Amino acid sequence: MRKLLLAATLSLVAVTAQAEKVLRIAMTAADVPTTTGLPNNGFEGMRFLGYPIFEGLVLWDLSSADKLAGLRPGLAESWEQDKADPKTWIFHLRHGVKFHDGTDFNADAVMFNMERFFNKDSPQFEPAAGGITRARAPLLASYKKIDDFTVAISTTRPASYFPFMMVYPLFTSPASFEAAGKDWAKVALLPAAGTGPFKISKFVPRVSVELEKFDGYWNKSGMAHLDKVVLLPMPEANTRMAALRSGQVDWIEVPPPDGLESLKSAGFKITTGSYPHVWPWFFNIGATNSPVADVRVRQALNYCIDREGLVSLLAGTAEPSVGWLKASDPNFGHPANHYKLDPAKGKALLAEAGFTAAKPLTFKAMISPSGSGQMLPMPMNEFLQQSLKENCNVDVSFEVVEWNTLLGAARYVPDSPNLKGSMVINVSSPSSDVSVMSRYFTSANFSPAGFNFEHWKDDEFESALAKLESATDPTEISAMTQKLHERLVDNPPWLYIVHDLNPRAMSTKVTNFVSPQSWFIDLARVDMK
Amino acid sequence: MISTIFRRALYSLPIALAVSLFCFLLVHIAPGDPINAILPPDAPADVIAQVKESYGLDKPLPVQFGIWLFHILQGDLGRSLATGRDIWPDLHSALANTLVLALASAAIGFPLGTLFGSVAGAFRGTWIDRLAVGIAVAGVSVPHYWLGMVMVVIFSVILNWLPSMGASPDGSGAWALDWEHLSHLVLPAITLSVIPMGIVTRTLRGIVGDILNQDFITTLRGKGLKRGGLMLHVVKNAAPQALAVMGLQLGYLMGGSILVETVFAWPGTGLLLNNAIFQRDIPVLQSTILVLSMFFVGLNLAVDLAQALLDPRMRR
Repeated sequence: MRKLLLAATLSLVAVTAQAEKVLRIAMTAADVPTTTGLPNNGFEGMRFLGYPIFEGLVLWDLSSADKLAGLRPGLAESWEQDKADPKTWIFHLRHGVKFHDGTDFNADAVMFNMERFFNKDSPQFEPAAGGITRARAPLLASYKKIDDFTVAISTTRPASYFPFMMVYPLFTSPASFEAAGKDWAKVALLPAAGTGPFKISKFVPRVSVELEKFDGYWNKSGMAHLDKVVLLPMPEANTRMAALRSGQVDWIEVPPPDGLESLKSAGFKITTGSYPHVWPWFFNIGATNSPVADVRVRQALNYCIDREGLVSLLAGTAEPSVGWLKASDPNFGHPANHYKLDPAKGKALLAEAGFTAAKPLTFKAMISPSGSGQMLPMPMNEFLQQSLKENCNVDVSFEVVEWNTLLGAARYVPDSPNLKGSMVINVSSPSSDVSVMSRYFTSANFSPAGFNFEHWKDDEFESALAKLESATDPTEISAMTQKLHERLVDNPPWLYIVHDLNPRAMSTKVTNFVSPQSWFIDLARVDMK
Repeated sequence: MISTIFRRALYSLPIALAVSLFCFLLVHIAPGDPINAILPPDAPADVIAQVKESYGLDKPLPVQFGIWLFHILQGDLGRSLATGRDIWPDLHSALANTLVLALASAAIGFPLGTLFGSVAGAFRGTWIDRLAVGIAVAGVSVPHYWLGMVMVVIFSVILNWLPSMGASPDGSGAWALDWEHLSHLVLPAITLSVIPMGIVTRTLRGIVGDILNQDFITTLRGKGLKRGGLMLHVVKNAAPQALAVMGLQLGYLMGGSILVETVFAWPGTGLLLNNAIFQRDIPVLQSTILVLSMFFVGLNLAVDLAQALLDPRMRR
């Protein structure tokens, strides 16, 4: 009888263990993104160690693969621009939200985190998290608690797109900080508590992080389907592919393009999806005697490259980019230029600008051999070099530097000797919304103060942006957004090359995955057979 | 002997300090900035300035080095710029993982190298010698990462016998002496063992060959000593030099192979250094190199002492 009972118990344990749905994901990051609630490692960090665990007042709507991800209420149920003071936004916080440690989310928690990010004199100031958040929400000027569930956040100038900046400050339980002796380095190991559908259940520095379904999640329709998610840093693409094929993980980010066919034939799913990513060349317009200062040259180059050929080289894991936004985006507008491979037009424009067969356009491009979001920079840039030469007799040479150095180069002034005479740099970038557009292209953000590396200034763009910032009518906002984008196409600060299609490979056991038009995913929707 | 140990330990301090200073200068001479790994690329200048100030990166280089040294002398390795965490726990776990891998690789590479080298030295000019030399040259020449990938394709992807990555089955990184954990060690250990195997083979071949040509061996042969007895003399004479080479190789293995640890996602010092280099994580880089250089110096000291024990002439 005892043996029978023991067998029955063991069977029950086995069934329970079998029923536990654990998804193992290999990330491209070289290390586990930081776990205190505002992860490093760029948007991949936010994708896996950000939104699944920690949430913002505003969240991305990641439910659809058919349109560019918009916004949805997060820890704020609603928000509005103060009619009396358009620089102030009132956020009405959600009631009944608990952090993973059981404490309440309220206005005090919001203020605690705002101080953590924006006040360097506060005891909870976290320099790296503060720097990241301030970089992503540069217009945020001040904040105050109105009552337990209402906060007011003010900007440096009226900005209709400010809610897009409020997806980036994520909220960690103040109790986590207290429990760790007011030391963020120790909060990382606790682990920290957020409000998301998953909580961190185990963190092994440099090796892995385990997330567990949070049963007390406030959004009952957004509860996680999986019991656990194990996230593993695996920077080498072939290692990720081997880990998937040997059954050590169920899902890999960015499989190597030349391995896609073998993965498909081995029975793995390859998912691709449009998302707001541009793989461009930034023109160094501001340099003394820059050949790309002439808009005709910049337009010409956009007519001289074979984007379709590049897409073939990438085994279809990208789509041609003919603007900052995708051509199918409702805000693409109606620019005069429709970029495609047209060598005759490209050569004619170059000739107008004074570059002919006798005096060909020659310049240097600063590129990196690898980097986050950089896809396959070496073969892609070599393809472009060949394409420009064949189609328009443009000679491009390369200055190859490490990714960290290239990132720094984006902040140099145009004539900086560190650029070594480069007239373009190749840095991939997000193109998700107008708040990003304003950070990249306004003249107030000329390098080194901001990220307008090009020193591109377009009066029509600035005027449309000013109107958009003070607009409240969605129709006017949309019209101005289109106008902004038309200027980005017709007076291009970038050579638009491709948009990445965000390839992932996964086991057929993984179900319910939606590839939203975003840098982020809704991990709670994912399930396993 | 104790005074020798004490003297050598004292010598190691300026060596470690010089290595750290050299490393610090190298990191700062190289282009790039730790800020680029911490902040988004579009971070405005005022944010960059504030973060630099928070991390002390705005101070002059000698001051930065001095502060680091001041903390080191108090046993504080500092905190990572990239993660904000204390360096020592991460470095400790990385050292433990690399030690496991290095010892496993040595356990494969050293005996095989000794075997091949001794046999090749004893049978110089024969096909056995050529075969052993061929293996040694291949071992030293074949790129690690290529061999690692080939082994992963064969043993993990096609045959599915062994895991392709990580140090443990559950991603916990915890080590245990069972097949589940040992299976993770097999492929990286074999991959990493080929270079020490090749080097030990080449070295032993030369040493054994030289010893066999020496007068005392001819004398022993003339006195009728059989092959087994002769080899005992050869081993005794070859041991100090072989030990020196193996000690040096073990030191290199402890440095961690960046490529092998990256291919197999093995969380050791190689991977730690690799990340620190790409992120310009200066405190991690300096502390890791300091600890590794101290380890290297300590290992050399241990080898010297072992040599002295084996060969009385070395004690002079």
